[in-house]
Amino acid sequence: MSTSTVLDRPRDGRAAGPAGSAARTARRKALLHWIAVHSLAVAAALFFVLPFVFVLLTSLMSDAQALTRDLTPNTWHPENYVKVFETPGFLTWWRNSLLYAGLGTLLVVVSSVPVAYALAKFRFRGRHLSLLLVVATMMLPPQVVLIPMYLFWAKQMDLSGTLWPLLIPMAFGDAFAIFLLRQFLLTIPDEYIEAARIDGCGELRTLLRIVLPMAKPGIAAVALFQFFYCWNDYFGPQIYASENPAAWTLSYGLESFKGAHHTDWNLTMAATVLVMAPVILVFFFAQKAFVEGVTLTGVKG
Amino acid sequence: MTTYTLRSKRRRSALRTAAFMAPWLVGFGVFFAYPLVSTVYFSLMRYDGLNPPTWRGLDNWTYVFSDLPKFWPALQNTLWLAVVMVTCRVVFGLGVGMIATRVKTGTGVFRTLFYLPYLAPPVAATLAFVFLLNPGTGPVNALLEAVGIPAPSWFNDAAWAKPALTVLAVWGVGDLMVIFMAALLDVPKEQYEAAELDGASAWQRFRFVTLPNIAPIVLFAVVTGIIGAMQYYTQPIVAAKVASGVIGGSGQTFEPGHPDDSTLTLPQLVYTLGFGRFDYGAACVVALVLFALSMACTALLMRRRGGLIGSGD
Repeated sequence: MSTSTVLDRPRDGRAAGPAGSAARTARRKALLHWIAVHSLAVAAALFFVLPFVFVLLTSLMSDAQALTRDLTPNTWHPENYVKVFETPGFLTWWRNSLLYAGLGTLLVVVSSVPVAYALAKFRFRGRHLSLLLVVATMMLPPQVVLIPMYLFWAKQMDLSGTLWPLLIPMAFGDAFAIFLLRQFLLTIPDEYIEAARIDGCGELRTLLRIVLPMAKPGIAAVALFQFFYCWNDYFGPQIYASENPAAWTLSYGLESFKGAHHTDWNLTMAATVLVMAPVILVFFFAQKAFVEGVTLTGVKG
Repeated sequence: MTTYTLRSKRRRSALRTAAFMAPWLVGFGVFFAYPLVSTVYFSLMRYDGLNPPTWRGLDNWTYVFSDLPKFWPALQNTLWLAVVMVTCRVVFGLGVGMIATRVKTGTGVFRTLFYLPYLAPPVAATLAFVFLLNPGTGPVNALLEAVGIPAPSWFNDAAWAKPALTVLAVWGVGDLMVIFMAALLDVPKEQYEAAELDGASAWQRFRFVTLPNIAPIVLFAVVTGIIGAMQYYTQPIVAAKVASGVIGGSGQTFEPGHPDDSTLTLPQLVYTLGFGRFDYGAACVVALVLFALSMACTALLMRRRGGLIGSGD
């Protein structure tokens, strides 16, 4: 990509004659283009950032001021955040979210990697069909099998009121993770795997010693997606944990927090910031892996 | 001798495949195939979770299609979202992607800012938008009124609730932006140069160079967007709860759709039939309608040549 812009245009712009004036017109066009693009970019940036800014500002207002239309706090109230943490349950929800997201990510990665490896690198009958079924399950709204799954977990296994009905299935591979990892493993040349086999490496060792180290970016992307999915999940905890506040996650509890503080927009916005913050922090530490993962889902199209 | 070793080799490789595929094979059976068959079974039964199920035949189906007043609005809303919300997201995502690839100063900062909202947890983002768009206290209507634009009631007005959800969806367009950026950067530079030499205008360059090159990605974004619209659940139910002021704690149920069923979608209807009314039969009928719609879209996605999964073969 060319990086030349109007900013590093040649200094000897005073060349005389018709060639010089043509160059000057071109430069003026480039400058106008630069201004147009960057004004649009600033406008878009405002649209994306202002909601965060307003939420943050409201979270620092007094109770009374949060009910007015003021945009900025008259007096600053960082103690709102302390109040949120002191709300009964908030720390429990935080712990449950970490547990759900952490354990869920671990289970999904461990169970999905071998399946993705088989789909990407083994030749076997039914491989294409398996792949089709993986994609089909990936596209399916979870509500389609909701009733039988709920009856199974609640009536047969007696596990409602916990997060286990959400975690146990994650030990059996997740369609999206399998698909994403498979796309990534396709990019690893077969020669490495062949070479390991010729050297007498068993399948499991080939996977652990040769393939996994090369697949780290793909695994990182899948782990991040799964962590975010669990952290953001509202539907799952609503179905299985709603009857037991001790099992609520942050995403589910946040809504009832709003219910308990229905006029305290400042506290609600402070809680909202506290739910958003970890995700955004994780993103800044793992930006590259994440964007790579998003691209991976699309570029193969 | 040769045939024997060949056969044992083949058996070993089948065993190896089965071992690696095992987690998913079990998961597919227990958490997908069995419950799907079970959903069909319950769609033909009367069942409330307490009394044993009794045969009802197709009565659940006629009930949902002709006597359940919420079914058609829910279907209509889901289709509205699939058309309007997806179109807005794709157009906006492409626009932002084009800006992000052309920005020369502060590129990294702009791209990060454009991407961030996509990461906001849906419940948190929805809460934030209900607040921002709150007719009485929200800053958006304050700004609109300050410049003299009539401000709608957004999440409290049946005509504006879905557009408000669309604004929220467009705000989190970062995923599409990244995909479009990758596609836009892959368009061969020579084609633009050739078009420019031929005197093509900016619009013509977009129409005849950019669009044909990124068409597969646009299609991908549209189809996955529609599939996402079929699953649209968290944002409308949270927005309806918060905007209506009815938030159930433990054990309480809430009839989604506020205001006037304008935000009710098919997944929410499955939930409210099953867990609000304990009519598992009708809930399973709606679930199967949702299944048919989703599978039709998925088939569309996978049918095209060299499609989503074709690259491996």
